[in-house]
Amino acid sequence: MAERSFKTEVQKLRLGAGEEFRGEGILAVTKALLESGVSYVAGYQGAPISHLMDVLADANDILAELGVHFEHSASEATATATLAASVHTPLRGAVTFKSTVGTNVASDALANLASGGVTGGALIIVGEDYGEGSSIMQERSHAFAMKSQVWLLDPRPNLPCIVAAVQHGFALSEASRTPVMLELRIRACHVHGSFVAKDNVRPAYTLKDAIERPLRDTSRIVLPPASYLHEQEKITQRWPAAVQYIRDHGLNEFFAEGAQDFGIVLQGGMYNNVIRALELLGLADAWGHSRVPLYVMNVTYPIVDEELTRFCAGKRAVLMVEEGQPDFIEQQVNTTLRRADVQTRVHGKDCLPMAGEYTGGVMLQGITKFIEQVAPSLLEGRPLPRAAKPATAPVPAAKEVHPRPPSFCTGCPERPIFTAMKLVERELGPHHVSCDIGCHLFSILPPFELGATTMGYGLGWAGAAALNTTETRKRTLSFMGDGGFWHNGLTSGVGNAVFNKTDNVLVIVDNSYSAATGGQDILSSRADNPIRATRNSIEKAVRGVGVEWVRTVTHTYSVAEMRDTLREALTTPVKGPKVVIAQSECMLNRQRREKPAFRQLVKSGQRAVRERFGVDPDTCTGDHSCIRLSGCPSLTIRDNPDPLRTDPVAAVIDSCVGCGLCGEVSHAAVLCPSFYRAALIHNPTRWDRFVAGVRARVIGFFQRRIERRLAGIGP
Amino acid sequence: MSGSPAEAPRTINIAILAMGGEGGGVLADWLVDLAEHAGWIAQTTSVPGVAQRTGATIYYVELFPGGAPDAPRPVLALMPFPGEVDVVIASELMEAGRALQRGLVTAERTTLIASTHRVYSMTEKTAMGDGRVDADALVAAGRAAAKRACFGDFALAAESVGSVIGASLFGAIAGAGCLPFTRPQFEDAIRRAGVGVEPSLKAFAAGEGLVISPLPPKPAAPAMAEPPVGPRLAPLAARVRATFPTGTVPIILHGLLRLADYQDVAYAEAYVQRLETLRVARGCTDRLVETVARYLALWMSYEDTIRVADLKTRATRFDRVRGEVRLAKDQLLDIHEYLHPRVQEIADTLPAGLGRWLLATGWARRGVERVASKGRIVRTSSVRGFLMLYAVASLRRIRRSTLRFVEEHSRIDAWLALVGGTAASDAELAIAIAECQRLVKGYGDTHARGLANYNTVIAQVPRLNGHPDAAATLRRLRDAALADEQGSKLAAAVAAMSIAPAAATATA
Repeated sequence: MAERSFKTEVQKLRLGAGEEFRGEGILAVTKALLESGVSYVAGYQGAPISHLMDVLADANDILAELGVHFEHSASEATATATLAASVHTPLRGAVTFKSTVGTNVASDALANLASGGVTGGALIIVGEDYGEGSSIMQERSHAFAMKSQVWLLDPRPNLPCIVAAVQHGFALSEASRTPVMLELRIRACHVHGSFVAKDNVRPAYTLKDAIERPLRDTSRIVLPPASYLHEQEKITQRWPAAVQYIRDHGLNEFFAEGAQDFGIVLQGGMYNNVIRALELLGLADAWGHSRVPLYVMNVTYPIVDEELTRFCAGKRAVLMVEEGQPDFIEQQVNTTLRRADVQTRVHGKDCLPMAGEYTGGVMLQGITKFIEQVAPSLLEGRPLPRAAKPATAPVPAAKEVHPRPPSFCTGCPERPIFTAMKLVERELGPHHVSCDIGCHLFSILPPFELGATTMGYGLGWAGAAALNTTETRKRTLSFMGDGGFWHNGLTSGVGNAVFNKTDNVLVIVDNSYSAATGGQDILSSRADNPIRATRNSIEKAVRGVGVEWVRTVTHTYSVAEMRDTLREALTTPVKGPKVVIAQSECMLNRQRREKPAFRQLVKSGQRAVRERFGVDPDTCTGDHSCIRLSGCPSLTIRDNPDPLRTDPVAAVIDSCVGCGLCGEVSHAAVLCPSFYRAALIHNPTRWDRFVAGVRARVIGFFQRRIERRLAGIGP
Repeated sequence: MSGSPAEAPRTINIAILAMGGEGGGVLADWLVDLAEHAGWIAQTTSVPGVAQRTGATIYYVELFPGGAPDAPRPVLALMPFPGEVDVVIASELMEAGRALQRGLVTAERTTLIASTHRVYSMTEKTAMGDGRVDADALVAAGRAAAKRACFGDFALAAESVGSVIGASLFGAIAGAGCLPFTRPQFEDAIRRAGVGVEPSLKAFAAGEGLVISPLPPKPAAPAMAEPPVGPRLAPLAARVRATFPTGTVPIILHGLLRLADYQDVAYAEAYVQRLETLRVARGCTDRLVETVARYLALWMSYEDTIRVADLKTRATRFDRVRGEVRLAKDQLLDIHEYLHPRVQEIADTLPAGLGRWLLATGWARRGVERVASKGRIVRTSSVRGFLMLYAVASLRRIRRSTLRFVEEHSRIDAWLALVGGTAASDAELAIAIAECQRLVKGYGDTHARGLANYNTVIAQVPRLNGHPDAAATLRRLRDAALADEQGSKLAAAVAAMSIAPAAATATA
């Protein structure tokens, strides 16, 4: 099950009208879906919307009461295709995924859905993984909204606004027969706040109705000639209907509209930081009362021309605050004003950077630059805040601060796979390594530094497709996680390799979960899941599409076995695709299950053994080879206790979970004899005590002899 | 606008810099709960996701004085603005440095609460020598930048009461008095969260205590003091004190202790004799004696199987492991060693002639290799495993005849001769040569690589002799040898060097 349990939070989903909901933004979205009478929800997990999926999984009872169907989709394309249920019926449906990676995958289904349009409200909640903490390429979801003509909501980042956006999103979708995307940035997903709840709504028209009385309307299906009509309909009917709804319901907001002869146009998601910047410049107060006119686009696509021209008319200049690039909105603002012959000067990317996240400092500097140009007198009489100008002072402690990228957790079963690969490379030289998406991607970073490219989720083997020639006997190595494998890697990677007769090697990292997204179950998970079918074998699937050379290593921590298997795959004379399945359970999930069980066992007075590793500092010579082959957070360094030595010695800290890798590495790589494994026996039995007593007497006898030899040397 | 900017109520802004999985989220949640129960409006944001996996991350909290339930809500920012942060909490020292770099800490406004313990970065950990950054510089930079800086080992404070750092940092915030809440209010937030309440409260108190009465700063490490020696070494120690300059005595005594422990008193005496020979060499300086004393002691106590077995079987070692794994009184301990003696190590431990024969004789070597191809796990805490290692340690008696001993001592003699011979012409180069012993360390392949690097570096000495930069160049080569495992930096450094003397000749 997922990394975080939401069993307590889930109860918040039952709150009724008038009660206060407190919690994370993404939980508020979940509640808003139920208040909107949603019939089905689907999605693919990934930061920052993983919690939405995890909450729904934990809330299955509540969903069942409301007749809501919830799916963990196989991919974002699956999720989006799920919205097909709303094409002909009044069913309201919502799907969610990480963007833009998920939207990329979804875009085929999205384009088809958008072409025919929808009857019931169709909401796509995208977690915009942009800026700090993001793990993906920096692009914008905005382009997808433009190309498929779906509407894009970008609400102010507070819970009441986010909740309202969900509710309006469904209504807007129905009013304009168009799917609606709700864009939530990382911090908005995780912002803690509150809103006043409404009652949950059980939809009047149910899934049962849709199945029992199927509806169809060929004019909604993407086939000529309907597809040509769809394009016209988007422009002539759906767009105006959307604009009408947005205006009628005041989805976009105006603040202090007439306060100055200049103003700021902004994406809703930028609102809080724009207000803070204005507050620091003395142009707003803490409650958001601005002295500068603001036009807040809670809908960033389509742009409501009438509202924009109304806001700009009579103003000398406006600043467009639009995060990311290309500057789609700024271009549109310029076009709209030009067409309307409004002479307001449009600033934007001249004051703010074209690319990159609009962090606090960046926002403040951009707005300061704008105000200095249009109304410098407003800034007189008080010192500018420190961050209003680019920092000029040298960065303090520059060389003392190293980057600290994410890495494999303590005891991670994926680490030994790459340790083994390092050892194989010592024998066979460097290989081309094609990576995938997932925790295993950390192999690219130190200390392993393995991996040349990563082309997307499940595309590890596809990324090495071209490197397939009979002119060399050297093979390429690709990695893929179990998550990516089931997402699409089985077909796009394995099937492709079989069909194109590759001779190369794929390692499938099977840790029983979609681990990087928070430990959700997938088809091959080995735990029972009451609402999903697990335990479907990857090996069977691989063999099913025609791979004959398959090796499964069921304990990745045996570095020697892992190394030998990789060596065999890279050197065997057998031609054809070769797949190594490296299986061991994600340690984060395993510990979450085993730690409490262990504590319980100890508490109940039963015998229990905990293992951990250690390093003898007097035999460690401080070369740190072991760390270069591991990188485990629990394997670190400390001062050398030896007065004659200065290099720090390796040390294992108490967070060690005794996975065994340190010992395996020192054996497989013939490193050093300094590692020991300590087994701590809790609640030893009488027999344990008896044996220990005998040992202590015998060993003690010899240890006293050693002491006698050394007597008189030291004080 | 409500009043002039100076009087306007404003947020209290708190940034928590932590590493994923360290409990920064729990700390942020406590702060929110604390503030909300005190009638404040609170907002927290973070960027979890993959950053959680041990990467550096920021949790950001804003607090605003509350009003009536239907009063307008303030607009709170979702990320820290440089220069506008009241409290910066760093769960580790390098993360405190990161807060400084991001401009979050200012002298006008910021209370910096940072734990001084280190979670070393990958770069620091993987260095082949000592790659650690200067912790004192980080502390100094923090003190210089903040309005008030509270440093302390909050990790230790929490650990010593069986809790986690979040709780002791929460206590530190209370202790620093930088938030308008009382101590009981803080504690109630911990109680309401309901997880590990008792240890958390203890850690809270410990963290608070560290801020209210900080521990005195550790005194600067004193120069090496003379270690006490036992009666069997007393005569040798007296000889050392009589013969060698006072400044070099402590390190020589350390050497004596080590070698007597390693082999016997006679071995320690051989060490002193070697140093005495060096002492009278022409051009020998005190610094050279000190340097050689250190590295000679290390070299003479090279790590062979006998030494490893000896160290692993001692009672003091058993005690150390018990402490390290925090063995409780009612628990039992098993210790398993990971040993991998290969044919080379076995031959090393045999008498020199036999050892050479084994390495050179195909069938014998293959036979041993078959047996020694896999690593062994030895349970030292069992009678059988202990006696096995004890027996290996007993080979100490024949150590002087072993292949490894013969080889190491011939290398040592060559090294000492080179050092002594160079001292007359270039004392600094002699010191640099002596320091090159640092390259030879470890076991198995690591040792072989180190020795090869050592040989490569030492082979350059004849070309450097007489060159004004000789010592510096040799040290550069040594550092290059420690820069990467593949030896490419060293190869490049040697290649770059070959041009320099030629150019020097050309211009001369």
